[in-house]
Order: sequence, then C-alpha cells, then structure tokens
Amino acid sequence: MSSVATTVLSLVLFATYIGIGALAHDSQFSLGWVLGSTLLVWAGPAQIILISTLGSGATAVQAAIAVAVSAIRLFPMVVSVLPLLKTPTTKRRHLVLVTHFIAVTLWVECYRLLPKVPRESRIAFTHGLGCGLVIVCLIATSLGYGLAARLPPLFAAAILLLTPLAFLLSTARNCRQISDVLALVLGLALYPLVSMLQTGVDILISGATAGTLAYGVHWWRERARA
Amino acid sequence: MSEFFGSPHALLILILAGFLPNEIWRMAGLWFGAGVDEGSEVLVWVRAVATAILAGVIAQILVQPPGALAGVPDWLRYGAVAAGVVMFMATRRSIFAGVACGEIALVAGKWWLG
Repeated sequence: MSSVATTVLSLVLFATYIGIGALAHDSQFSLGWVLGSTLLVWAGPAQIILISTLGSGATAVQAAIAVAVSAIRLFPMVVSVLPLLKTPTTKRRHLVLVTHFIAVTLWVECYRLLPKVPRESRIAFTHGLGCGLVIVCLIATSLGYGLAARLPPLFAAAILLLTPLAFLLSTARNCRQISDVLALVLGLALYPLVSMLQTGVDILISGATAGTLAYGVHWWRERARA
Repeated sequence: MSEFFGSPHALLILILAGFLPNEIWRMAGLWFGAGVDEGSEVLVWVRAVATAILAGVIAQILVQPPGALAGVPDWLRYGAVAAGVVMFMATRRSIFAGVACGEIALVAGKWWLG
C-alpha cells in the first residue's frame, strides 16, 4: 500500500476521479453508473469523453467511436509493460487482470517499481497495486459525486484542468525518442485545426496524421544517419 | 438499488460505448503483443500515433472544455497550461511542480477576474 500512497501521480489520479465524479453528477448520471465506469473503463480521459459526449446528447455510437479512439494509446502501453511481468511459465490468462489495470498511472509506476520486485512476484505485486489504485479512485469518484452540488465552480474548474495538465506533463516526461516529442507537439497543434472540420472522428484524423508525420521524421533521420 | 444504478439502458450504454471500445485495445495488446519486438519500427509508429491521439484528447479538453472548466476564459486556460509547462521545464521535468504551477495560475487568474 505504501507504493500506492506516496506517489504524486496517485494524488493527481485521486483529484482527477473527484472531477469525474463531479462531472457525472452534473451530467445527470447515477452514482452506480459512474462507479461502474471507474471499475470497468479505468481510464480517465476515456471516462471524461464518455460522460461529456453522452451528456451533450451525442448518440451511443458517436461516444463509442470517441472512446475507442482515445483508448488506442493503451495498446502500445500493454505491449511495453507485459515483457516486464512475464516469466517463462506465465500463461496468457494470468495476465488478463493485469492488462485491465494498465493505464497511464500504472504504466509509469510499473517502470519505476517493478525493477525492485523479484520477477516471479511481479504479477501479484501489480494486482495489489492495481486493486489499491482502483479502490482509491472508487472512493474519489464517490466523494466527487457527493460534493458536486456543493463544489465551488472555481474548485470544479481547477480539478477538471488537472487531467489535461497531468497527462500532458507525464506524457512529456515519458518521451523517449524524437518521434514521441514531435508526436506530442504536432498532435496538440493539429487537433484545433482538424476539429474545425467537425468530422466526429477529429481526434483520430489529427492523431494519425501527427503520429505518422512524427514517425516519418524519425525514419528520415535514421536513414540519414545510416 | 435501482436508484443507485439508474436505468438498465444507461448501464448497457456504459458497457457498449465505454467498456468494450476501451478494453478491446488492452486485450489486443495482450493478444498480439507477444509477437511484437519492443524496439521494432511498427511499435515506434504505434507509439507516435498513440501519443498524438492523447495530445488530441488533451487539446480537446482545453479547446472544448467540459463542465465547470467552460466557465474559465480561453486565454486563462491556455495561459495556465503554458505556465505549467514552463515550470515543468524549469524544474528539470518535475510533474508535480508543473501541475501545481498550472493550477495556481488558473485559480489566481480566476480569482483576480472575480
């Protein structure tokens, strides 16, 4: 539990889920619904997108597309974390729960904490860390939901700003190559332009374009070096 | 209990529009991840696209803010994030310092506006 309690990211996560609880209350969702979304979806941006798109009257199909697009980032996260957890005898089904817990916070924490844990205990350790984080966030969701009516607008706005700030900075910190940095900067710059087209899949278009451009620069530099 | 969970229809939408489209990428990572080499070019590209998509999600929250954040003027939202980024750089990539600085800028600005 100490590793759950002491990190800055888990504080940010706690505050983010207070914000999600408050947003769900203001968008007329039930407490059970938003707790279910924390447990099952377990990804801050996807939940904010789900609540705000459904709350603004979009159809379930539009919401599903928006969520699916925002969740593509989970794929490379899972691919990069699983090799840290496996032993030669690990079966795929042993990794299903761990895979469900993987989101940006757990991904960062795995890189930081797992090297100190013996390989054969890493799955159990990650189960504990994941359960701890989920429970903390369920409490935060309920708190935010309960406080929403009494939350001053300034405080509510500050909490909603936490998600983009924390995601921006933790992504910037985890940039390993020039392609990652470029993808982040181009992705930020391109979205406002693409959103004027109002296609409904703006994030997918701006993300795929910016990401591919960033990869193109990486490829070109590698070739120039060779 | 029905008041706690709300309508079954809303819960069905949670599963179909929230849980499944999100979880499918995690399970795809579990299923196909074993065959992908961590340093491979495909993964560099997937990571670049995923990073750019997350950047798009961040930009969307800032450009089309949800809930109470919509009550904050555009320039103040962008200014607060810029202040956070500058502090992050100045403190050799401290996420905590950057987030704290951005939040203080937002609260101070809004308070000053009244």
